[in-house]
Amino acid sequence: MLFKKINKIYDTDIGYSFFNSKIAIISSTIFLIICLCSVFAGIVAPYNPFDPATVSLMDAFTPPMWSEGGSSSFILGTDQQGRDMFSTMIYGSRISLIVGFSSIIFAMVLGVFLGVTAGYIGGMYEIVVMRLTDVQLTIPSILMALLVYGIARSIISQSMHDEMVMYVLIFAIGISEWPQFARVSRASTLVEKNKEYVSASRIIGLSNILIMFKHILPNILRPILVIATIGLALAIITESTLSFLGVGVPPTTPSLGTLIRFGNNFLFSGEWWITFFPAIFLIVLALSINLLGDWMRDALNPKLKKR
Amino acid sequence: MSFLEVKNLDISYPTRKETIVASKNVEFTLERGEILGIVGESGSGKSTIANAIINLIDPPGEITNGSIKIDNNELRDNEELIQKIRGKKIGFVFQDPQTSLNPLFKIKEQLIETIQTHLNLGYQDALKKSIQLLKEVGIDNAEKRIEDYPHQFSGGMRQRVVIALAISCEPDLIIADEPTTALDVSIQYQILELLKDLTKKRNLGVIIITHDMGVIAETTNKVIVMRDGFIVEQGETKELLTNPKSNEARSLVISVPPTNKKIDRFKLISPDGKEITSDSKNLTKNIIKTWGIRENKNQKLLKLTDVTKIFDDRSLAINISFGSKNESTDKVVKAVDNVSFELFEGETLGLVGESGSGKSTIAKIITGLVRPTNGEIFYNNISLYNSNRKYQIDKSRGQIQMIFQDPYSSLNPRFKVRDIISEPIKFFQKNISHNELTKNVYDLIDIVGMTRQSLDRYPHEFSGGQRQRISIARALATRPLLLICDEPTSALDVSIQAQILNLLKDIQDELHLTMLFISHDLPVIRQMCNRIVVLKNGSVCETKETEELFNNSEHPYTQELIRLMPKIESII
Repeated sequence: MLFKKINKIYDTDIGYSFFNSKIAIISSTIFLIICLCSVFAGIVAPYNPFDPATVSLMDAFTPPMWSEGGSSSFILGTDQQGRDMFSTMIYGSRISLIVGFSSIIFAMVLGVFLGVTAGYIGGMYEIVVMRLTDVQLTIPSILMALLVYGIARSIISQSMHDEMVMYVLIFAIGISEWPQFARVSRASTLVEKNKEYVSASRIIGLSNILIMFKHILPNILRPILVIATIGLALAIITESTLSFLGVGVPPTTPSLGTLIRFGNNFLFSGEWWITFFPAIFLIVLALSINLLGDWMRDALNPKLKKR
Repeated sequence: MSFLEVKNLDISYPTRKETIVASKNVEFTLERGEILGIVGESGSGKSTIANAIINLIDPPGEITNGSIKIDNNELRDNEELIQKIRGKKIGFVFQDPQTSLNPLFKIKEQLIETIQTHLNLGYQDALKKSIQLLKEVGIDNAEKRIEDYPHQFSGGMRQRVVIALAISCEPDLIIADEPTTALDVSIQYQILELLKDLTKKRNLGVIIITHDMGVIAETTNKVIVMRDGFIVEQGETKELLTNPKSNEARSLVISVPPTNKKIDRFKLISPDGKEITSDSKNLTKNIIKTWGIRENKNQKLLKLTDVTKIFDDRSLAINISFGSKNESTDKVVKAVDNVSFELFEGETLGLVGESGSGKSTIAKIITGLVRPTNGEIFYNNISLYNSNRKYQIDKSRGQIQMIFQDPYSSLNPRFKVRDIISEPIKFFQKNISHNELTKNVYDLIDIVGMTRQSLDRYPHEFSGGQRQRISIARALATRPLLLICDEPTSALDVSIQAQILNLLKDIQDELHLTMLFISHDLPVIRQMCNRIVVLKNGSVCETKETEELFNNSEHPYTQELIRLMPKIESII
């Protein structure tokens, strides 16, 4: 049954392209492993770094197990509070991934909605929406996120900060990414809306909402999927950058960026592993998503199709 | 020994799943001064052969066997020789004159470049020769026009330039791949005359690839009929057209709409050579039961009075150039100009005209896709546009439906056929039961002659003709009274066209539909319509009963159109 299903996937063009691209297979495997690890962090990680009871300051600054003074109970060593690096990274990647996925979905829903409606309705509405994206594209996304984060901090009361910080991050990153989606979905909508199947739906009398989201939207999903994948890597990096700058998640529940920031302080005193492993982890994560996105862009582009 | 000899030619395209044989065992010869026509349905391998002769087969396609000889020189696998011969000995004319010239270079540069590549001429001589070539293909004021860019020429003129390019190095062979398919009738006539003329004057060998039997009849000496990569029949054009032996050739000849008389239904021939007679009465029984019996009361169903549509780019032009008044009036295009006509229940009215005559715009105005600038449209004596020129779609309740030209874009590729057909039913009958819906969909798919299994597939799994059938089923789903057909068969092969036209006639007879049939193809219009409106540049030339129009039209434009259309009967 499963074999049949795999065979059927292999039979499609996109499946064939996937199984014949080493890069696609490797990067998707790495990405899948990281995702699974972070979802099942409780099982995979040997310690729970967020639980103060399991952490002992006595274990602080233990180097990785293969170097001198290392301990086999901490594979990649410990940080300044005695937390196991390996466990902290896995729990940290969970936060990075949650923020990444949520913010990109937020950006996608907002951008696609505005893009499709702008492309389909046109007129003044389209001009306003598209100028808005133009304006926002002139502001670097990291600045945009910092701005939103700053405003949010001053609005939300002090005691709520730690609870709300995740939502603020998602909103801040999402709001800085939506113009990409708006542009692409508007351009694709302009192409689709002149096709005759849309005319046929209009003649039947279907409402504009139905035509836009039932007929046009499924036909423009391919390019949106591609930029969503590449955008996911960008969102994860943006989150890490914000955390690195100290405006991200609190140190008690560190994400990858926070870990790199802590480690940065100890880099020159010899405790290189605290910053090195999270950095490598982040690079591998972002790279695998990016390569996957690259492959997807080529595979879904009919112009680049190989026979 | 013949001028061009193709022997035993096999061409195949290996793909991931299978190897597609594009031509198998193709053999023919061509002498100087002869025009050879290659006909066949799409995918029969016509173009592949032409490309093989000049070695332009796209990889992974390859010639696996056989030989191609010009003047006894073997061309196959002889890259060096072909490079020399291509352009010099063989000229090529492509289908679409919009894309076969480089838009960034002047005509002059393109001609001179080609000439200097192959002939040992200086710049001035090459220029002189270019001008002379343009004159030869009938471009007025050639000395001046040679300085123009391709976009400054009309479609027909551009095709002439392409022909000038093709003959610029005095080739012995011209291959024309659908040279007139993208052109209007009157320009098609001129281009074909030009090709015939050049053949005689220069003693050329010409290969014309086309799907239009009228073109074959009027221009070629010899003809090859192809199917699935095989030559099924070849011979003298007259002999083959009057007395076709193979089933494919018979099917091709018989499904061409005759230009000189009106026939009730097209005869169809199945691949094994039997005539197919369709009987739609049984199929429509169920539909009539659900729709209720209709009668034609010969009432006026649709009335257009003084409809005008102006496409106005002025606001844009002013913004860009702060323009003078003259410039801004140039940008106003009157696509439809004061058009009035009436449509009675049960009849088929034809709208005929060349490209740009406003046929499709009228259809779009009636269906509410485009707003008219002026004029009124009455459906059953109710105006379809309110005082704000907004379309009142609830006034017609889906009773006006349309079938589109391009079967590849008129169906949503992400919908299954079942969903495509059931969507309009659900829209008009919000609380229809599941069983009732399935029954309705079955009835519709039966009536257009497709299997019920096809309901669970996606549009891309079907051929053009089958998709057009699905389009018809979708249009019928709203129980329309008026069906607008906008060039419904112009993207289809002749035999498929005959099937679809028969189907439309059957449906009309059984379901008492009124039709507005839009086409540029006069023979098709003649077969389908009771009355015809002839359009030119957005305005009506004349409106007449069909036979009256073909036998004694009054308007000179109509007379010219009828005179110039390629007639398959001209040879018989």
